[in-house]
Amino acid sequence: MSAPAILPGELDRGAERAILHRQLERTWATPAGFWGALTTVDHKTIGLRYIVTAFGFLALGGVLALAMRWQLARPESRVLSADLYNQAFTVHGANMMFLFAVPVMEAMAVYLVPLMIGTRNIAFPRLNAFSYWIYLFGGILLWAAFALQIGPDVGWFAYVPLSGPQYSSGKRADIWAQMITFTEIAALAIAVEIVVTVFKQRAPGMSLDRIPLFVWGALVTSFLVMLAMPAIMIASTSLILDRLVGTHFFNPTEGGDVLLWQHLFWFFGHPEVYIIFLPATGMVSSMLPTFARRPVFGYLPLVLSIVAIGILSFGLWVHHMFTTGLPRLGESFFTASSMAIAVPAGVQIFCWLATLWDGRPVWRTPLLFIAAFIVTFVLGGLTGVMVASVPLDLQVHDTYFVVAHFHYVLIGGAVFPLLGAIYYWYPKMTGRMLSERLGRWVVGLIFVGFHLTFFPMHFLGLQGMPRRVYTYQPEMGWGAANLFVSLSSILLAAGFALFFLDVIRSARRGPVAGDNPWDASTLEWATTSPPPPYNFARIPVVTSANPLWSEREALPVVTGLRVDRREIVISSVSDATPQARESSPRDSIWPLVTAVAASVMLIASIFTPWAVVWGAIPVAAALIGWFWPKGLPEDEA
Amino acid sequence: MRAGRRLAIGVGLGLGLGGCSGSQSALDAHGAQASALRDLMGLFTVVCGTVWLLVLLALAVAVWRRRASGREPAEPGATSERRLGIVVGVAVALTVLTITGLTFASYRTTRGLTGIADEGVTIRLRGYQWWWEATYQDQAPERVFRTANELRIPVGRPVRVELAGVDVIHSFWVPSLAGKQDIIPGRQNEITLKAERPGIYRGQCAEFCGLQHAHMAFLVIAELPENYEAWRSAQLRAAEPPADPEAARGRDVFLAKSCKACHAIRGTPAGGVLGPDLTHVASRETIAAGLLPTTRGSLAAWVADPQTVKPGSKMPLVPLDADELRAVSAYLASLK
Amino acid sequence: MRALAPAVLAALAFAGCQRETRDFRTDPPVLAALDDVAPLPNRIGGAPPDVYVALGQPYQANAYALSEGKRLYDGMNCKGCHADGGGGTGPALLDGWWRYGPDIVSLYVTLRDGRPRGMPSYADKLNSEQLWQVAAYVQTIGSYRAATAATSRNDQMQSRPSENRGPARAPLTEPPSR
Repeated sequence: MSAPAILPGELDRGAERAILHRQLERTWATPAGFWGALTTVDHKTIGLRYIVTAFGFLALGGVLALAMRWQLARPESRVLSADLYNQAFTVHGANMMFLFAVPVMEAMAVYLVPLMIGTRNIAFPRLNAFSYWIYLFGGILLWAAFALQIGPDVGWFAYVPLSGPQYSSGKRADIWAQMITFTEIAALAIAVEIVVTVFKQRAPGMSLDRIPLFVWGALVTSFLVMLAMPAIMIASTSLILDRLVGTHFFNPTEGGDVLLWQHLFWFFGHPEVYIIFLPATGMVSSMLPTFARRPVFGYLPLVLSIVAIGILSFGLWVHHMFTTGLPRLGESFFTASSMAIAVPAGVQIFCWLATLWDGRPVWRTPLLFIAAFIVTFVLGGLTGVMVASVPLDLQVHDTYFVVAHFHYVLIGGAVFPLLGAIYYWYPKMTGRMLSERLGRWVVGLIFVGFHLTFFPMHFLGLQGMPRRVYTYQPEMGWGAANLFVSLSSILLAAGFALFFLDVIRSARRGPVAGDNPWDASTLEWATTSPPPPYNFARIPVVTSANPLWSEREALPVVTGLRVDRREIVISSVSDATPQARESSPRDSIWPLVTAVAASVMLIASIFTPWAVVWGAIPVAAALIGWFWPKGLPEDEA
Repeated sequence: MRAGRRLAIGVGLGLGLGGCSGSQSALDAHGAQASALRDLMGLFTVVCGTVWLLVLLALAVAVWRRRASGREPAEPGATSERRLGIVVGVAVALTVLTITGLTFASYRTTRGLTGIADEGVTIRLRGYQWWWEATYQDQAPERVFRTANELRIPVGRPVRVELAGVDVIHSFWVPSLAGKQDIIPGRQNEITLKAERPGIYRGQCAEFCGLQHAHMAFLVIAELPENYEAWRSAQLRAAEPPADPEAARGRDVFLAKSCKACHAIRGTPAGGVLGPDLTHVASRETIAAGLLPTTRGSLAAWVADPQTVKPGSKMPLVPLDADELRAVSAYLASLK
Repeated sequence: MRALAPAVLAALAFAGCQRETRDFRTDPPVLAALDDVAPLPNRIGGAPPDVYVALGQPYQANAYALSEGKRLYDGMNCKGCHADGGGGTGPALLDGWWRYGPDIVSLYVTLRDGRPRGMPSYADKLNSEQLWQVAAYVQTIGSYRAATAATSRNDQMQSRPSENRGPARAPLTEPPSR
């Protein structure tokens, strides 16, 4: 009892651990129960919620994929009607891109980034809560519409004029366009939070060259989100205006332009791929050292290639439009830039191989997923080089070759690392390990099932099978390959089912994990599993890129934060020298209220433009409530 | 292999079943463009395949090579770090070289594609939901005619296809002859076809265009120039007045019902432009955009219930009794 | 209260389904039953067929059916006499002052049987479903009902505000000055 206890209003100056924990718990914990669940702003709760929701949408989208494969298993099959199939593939694509892949990657960042950089909560925690609610409502909008047969049926790309006012009657295309608004608001909010968190809240000593690579991936991704997503929001809003208000943005007879849509869409659509892929490479770079038992080879080249991919990704969008008859000279430029992105991608692959080569690999499930990722993603990248070539693209564009290509890139390049990351960080999130034995089955089934499902599609594409067809004629000779693909997809689905089973089962029954079950090197493993609401009792001080390996005994920490109100350390952008103490907001119901008001406005504006006017009033009221000073201690600082 | 396929096409033609089949594969190239593309595809496949195998090899060796055991994380040695740096540097340099090489190969092929001389036949092709309208152009207006879902082209001569957008975006793609080109409302695109040998080449819309995108096919039939000229002059003629009484009654039904609101038959008062020109419908291999072979039976099935044959198609169900249906199908089948 | 929620959800689901379903082929018995209208003796107004009511008046609230009606209006060359609603040889449709009234049954009977002074019968050209679609579309031209669904717009040069521009205008209450 020699260490002094801390009184309210005092700073933590080396208080006794038990007292410190109790004080911090009182300050940071979310109250239990329903109200607490609605009001929480804890990045871990929200991140976990986000991840679970996104995987829920993955499962739903997967069921749709199986339905489509059932329809395509035989020629001229009538399992799904043309109308239902078109809705199914549109919802599958939109769901996987907007409701699964992007949100899940951002959710991983929401959960992990504050832990990895050693802070107590994400920047703008209430915005974070708002983001989740908006995302959830957008997802429900899409799936409720699909259940009511108002599912969009114009493709996830919604090309005009097909999605425009003349050729898409009813509200189906509007549902798609407004779902975009929901998910993009959610994504932009997170992007802002991540950038501020990474730049201003890093633990003292975590200079730019000590930031974990996953955080680098999340940071660059956030910039891509901020630069790319406005393009699609402009596009989808213009589409809604065309459809609802009677403007003519995309109507050529009134001076609009059909290709404008494609430019706007792909100016977002191509960076979108890297928004999904860059966090995945960050996950690989962060997991690999743990299992190779050595620091990652080529930290600097890896960071530079993440940044390079981020920049180059804005110069590629036209390679989705090679068949639209743009000038050949322009197309050549985009061929060159599309090919050039293979170089930074190659740098990453080579660095990972070098890390493995020089390390002493420990073959646990996450590393198996990384190996599966390298095999699969390299193949997808190489077919990417093929479709980047204008003349080759003229043949394979919009065929099953491209379907195979982007599933290799997105599943092989992003979902494999993501599943590995779930196996890797699950103990941190839940305090329990996933089953290693089931994990090996999951890797095996998904890897084999994936390749058996998608590899034959390359040949189907070259044999002339276009994408997005609800059926094909028996005399085309595609039946056998399609049947094989459909049967293989069951194997892939079984792998995912087993994964879900493992995740659900282990949440209660898995073996208890310690703080650092993998003996990893980054800060998130310095706290308990699962972490306390305040993440770290004292903010660690970072002295190297692999702090838990260089400081085997105990991390140095900083003291001096208040414990009776929520406070975090603000540090400088490049060297992370501590600059200030900053208060962090408390729980609040207003993000949910604002999200409900905004959702009502957005959904009603599908039906009448006046919803924007009248719907803005509750939104404004909710925002006033959100920002109204409530006399909390945090408001003072 | 290729000879076998050609034989299969020949047999198919001989049996009169060729209407629904025909080659539709980028690997089965019968045109100048498609051949160049197939060769480039081969080059890319070999290069990319090699790269992939090398990466797999490196991964396998990295995994299985012998090394000191131990679980403690190791701080890498400076020499091994430098050696790895050199290897990675070389690998990146090789990547750059490979990528540059492939880019130039791609440019060369592009130049070759656009270099085909432009002369001879010009066809204006319009894509509708979900069928194709071809207008054969000519200096003399009376030598211009419309047909649908089937292009006949002379072997060995470049054919210019002007792609004009009408409703939504479609994409014109005959993989055995050339790459695809989109048909976009408000824009003019064109593509040059050149068939190297006679045959039936199937094409299909490659840009999602709505409900029946899957059933929007067409045939390109490459013929010897003399056959082509004969076909063309036959197409220019108006429809023959029906010879037998049933067909004559069919024509009367056709003109009395709503058929003529959308369809034209030259030589009769029917002059609709919303649907395919039926003047020589029975001379075409398929109906309903490649869906059914042209027979009297399939014509009757199509007219009787288009929404079952092709759900969502723009062809409405016209109320006809059994006699009228028989007569109309007899009349349509007589329009050679 | 607890029983109400599923009922409301089911009603919403039903309404949603019906407003956006796309029926491409109606069964022949339904087609025949759809023709079973009972107009009043003066052939203005009357009762729609039972099946039409049982189906929930599927053509007036369904955007796809309305768009099909519009397509048939073009295809059958209704424009030849009525133009885009402005009239010509035939009476105008935009004004909402119609000789046989705004009732959907009147419209159906007009289309099926024709009317004196030049309106031909379309009974042998369109089946009952198509007649209902055209009737429902024509009703939207006159803006007699506050529409819950809109037809597709023509992406051509626009001579009047596009049809799907928000809810319908109120019906005219004054006769247009001639």
